[in-house]
Amino acid sequence: MVRKRRNSGSTATALILALFLLFLTVSTVYFFVAKTWWFPEPINEIGKEIDRQFIRTLWITGVVFVLAQLGLGWALFRYRARRGQRASYSHGNNTMEVIWTLATLVMFVGLGIYAQRAWAEVRFKSAPADAMRIEVIGQQFKWSFRLPGPDGKFGKYKFEAHPDQEFTRDPWVVEASDPDGRDDIILGPGSVIAVPVNRPVELLIRAKDVTHSFFVRELRLKQDAVPGMTVPLQFTATQTGRYQVVCAELCGQGHHLMGTFLLVLSPEDYEKWLKEQAE
Amino acid sequence: MTTHAGAIHHAEAPSGFIRKYIFSVDHKVIGTQYFCLALFSAFVGMYLSLLMRLRLAYPEIKLPFFSDGILPEQYLMMVTMHGTIMVFMVLTTAPQSGFGNYFLPIQIGAADMAFPVLNMLSFWTTFASMAVLMAAFFVAGGAPLGGWTFYTPLSAIGATAGPGQGLGATLWILSIALFCGASLMGAINFIATTLDLRARGLSLMRLPLTVWAWFITAVISLLAFGVLLAAGILLLLDRTAGTSFFVPGNLVITERVLTQYKGGSPILWQHLFWFFGHPEVYIAILPGMGVASHVLSTFSRKPIFGYRAMVFAMSAIAFLGFIVWGHHMFVSGMSPYVGLAFSVLTMSIGVPSAIKTFNWLGTLWGGNIRFTSPMLFALGFVSLFVSGGLSGLFLAQTSVDQYLHDTYFVVAHFHLIMGVAAIFGIFTATYFWFPKMFGRLMNEGLGKLHFWLSFIGVYAIFMPMHFMGLAGHPRRYADTSGAEYLQALQPVHVFVTFAAFITVAAQLIFVFNFLWSVWRGKKADINPWQATTLEWTVPSPPPHDNFAGRTPTVYRGAYEFSVPGVAEDYVLQSTPPDKVAKG
Repeated sequence: MVRKRRNSGSTATALILALFLLFLTVSTVYFFVAKTWWFPEPINEIGKEIDRQFIRTLWITGVVFVLAQLGLGWALFRYRARRGQRASYSHGNNTMEVIWTLATLVMFVGLGIYAQRAWAEVRFKSAPADAMRIEVIGQQFKWSFRLPGPDGKFGKYKFEAHPDQEFTRDPWVVEASDPDGRDDIILGPGSVIAVPVNRPVELLIRAKDVTHSFFVRELRLKQDAVPGMTVPLQFTATQTGRYQVVCAELCGQGHHLMGTFLLVLSPEDYEKWLKEQAE
Repeated sequence: MTTHAGAIHHAEAPSGFIRKYIFSVDHKVIGTQYFCLALFSAFVGMYLSLLMRLRLAYPEIKLPFFSDGILPEQYLMMVTMHGTIMVFMVLTTAPQSGFGNYFLPIQIGAADMAFPVLNMLSFWTTFASMAVLMAAFFVAGGAPLGGWTFYTPLSAIGATAGPGQGLGATLWILSIALFCGASLMGAINFIATTLDLRARGLSLMRLPLTVWAWFITAVISLLAFGVLLAAGILLLLDRTAGTSFFVPGNLVITERVLTQYKGGSPILWQHLFWFFGHPEVYIAILPGMGVASHVLSTFSRKPIFGYRAMVFAMSAIAFLGFIVWGHHMFVSGMSPYVGLAFSVLTMSIGVPSAIKTFNWLGTLWGGNIRFTSPMLFALGFVSLFVSGGLSGLFLAQTSVDQYLHDTYFVVAHFHLIMGVAAIFGIFTATYFWFPKMFGRLMNEGLGKLHFWLSFIGVYAIFMPMHFMGLAGHPRRYADTSGAEYLQALQPVHVFVTFAAFITVAAQLIFVFNFLWSVWRGKKADINPWQATTLEWTVPSPPPHDNFAGRTPTVYRGAYEFSVPGVAEDYVLQSTPPDKVAKG
């Protein structure tokens, strides 16, 4: 038998629970507004659009979060059991169901459709013809890069494997007979990569052994590096600086140690950097 | 409704310890066995998570069995096994196979499941699955380290990819294959039972929402687990039989060249895994939604708000759950056009989830709320479901997910919705049905204490992770040493670790309360909560054939509370109309 609760017992529990939900709501909103831990400023235009979409989503989810948590707190407090109170015998309200279903549908699906603009901008369009192409190669546990050199063309790869599966050098070799490959610059495992500011860049992302993922926060872009595939990722960095690259797909015990850097340099500094790499 | 007396042999209760408690075909014993397996697994999973949290907060920490510290590969093994154990052995087991097995037949007025022997087999297959999984810790190389998602090629090419990826990974696959078989057996049983063994008068629209949830979950299981089983078999073939389903040619790993593979696709694994994996998370949450609806109505003394809409919403979630799997793969290298489609479909799943949330609030509104332990956990479930569900809206959008994918924002999202809301569903069910299962009450004071510590604790653990994700902290990182910007988040790791230890400690209160109350709890009446459904009309615990040979007749829906003109504020489903006391 349910012990007849004294009103004060029910009120205390309801009050504390409602107050906790209030505290939860206020502190969560606080940390989002204060941006105590937040993403860094974007360094490309598409990053700014992605941020705007994030903020639109934050507004909608934030309002729903606040209303739902506070609504829950209010309802459980207001309708706590009290002597003489009886619940209302209602099975629901079809009009309300229709209204909030439609409202949610429009809001959520609308938000989702709107989010595709920034996605299409990066992923549906090909990189411009004059984009600087850079090959990105992931392996356990370092990034390598290949630049096409002054001719702007990559040499073809040849896979030279020794039959006994031991090797003394990387079997992925640029074919010696391919003229396009003569000026390719290979930046070996653990290298830093640089790009000139305000120049469209197309990364061609590959992997040698397992799946990795190339992630730069300031670009708001991430792309898995999948063995057997070459996946393009385009961007134009509009701000110089030194930006962390991390691996964002579990690739083994060194997954957390694959960091390198993306340098965005002024045209002069880029030329200097390029000369250093060629040596 | 037809009563299939022939399908279930009217049982004399079995005799002998083995037939009563070990190889029992009684759904109540089997449900209890599943529950105990899940409880044990939860503690293994929590223990692993504490080790993980210690390493994250104090990377150099020395521990017993880890005298040189926890190596990164060991950390990743813990991550992998923690996820696998929690998702499969806890969240897919307790809510559905545990409570569903115990209470589905009783709530529909049946003497047992449609296929009792199959039921017993499904439990012991699950048990074997857990045993094989645990064995992975103890074999040469240790447990696998590729995450519970087991992406290829990391999981396909054997020990050359990392420690544990040899025998440990093979055992993982075998364990999961067994689990798939067990789940398929269970699904068939639940579906046949629900459709065929309902008592007279128990139409589908009079079913408790718990039964609907178990039924819909079983349908999802039936359609999803086969795909995981197939994927596991293909992966096993890649590892042992020289096939190349998931592995492309010309791999070079750690100075070894792998020439035996040709032209397979790592993304194919992801498609197959997530085609199962996304419905799987709905398998984990739907029973909790059913229990939450049931308990919120019971302790608000008010019919559930929008019963039909609730059934519709669960069905919509189940259906949509099968066509959104690609939202785990936006940056996988999959076609971006397909990504757009998955993205918009995923946003639409928010709609039935919102309907359910509004209806839970609508149930409380105008109620007469009693704050018992099960009710507190049900209320907590609603709060956690809102929090966990809303972060999904960010991840569902292709453009925004490019930043958030594989960061702690994802970890926060799925832990709040699965690792907490679904767990609160299990607690709700446990506190609610304990009196029926054991004939005794759990201690209310300890139950409340468990609730408060857990509710506050889980928010303290997982809310900060959203912000770690916004700051760009990737998942599955053994520590923050690899990137400069991660250092600023180290204090957050320490805070989360403290919160985790306190929250896990609070679970000991629950275990103590549970075990103590089984033997020493205050004796419970037949219907201590004054609830309406059929299980509250049979003794506690119920006899072997539940209704002692008399099939009940059902006269009304499952949530007739506070009916005007009735003396009590509830009416049992099986009370004939002329026997309902007026007042």
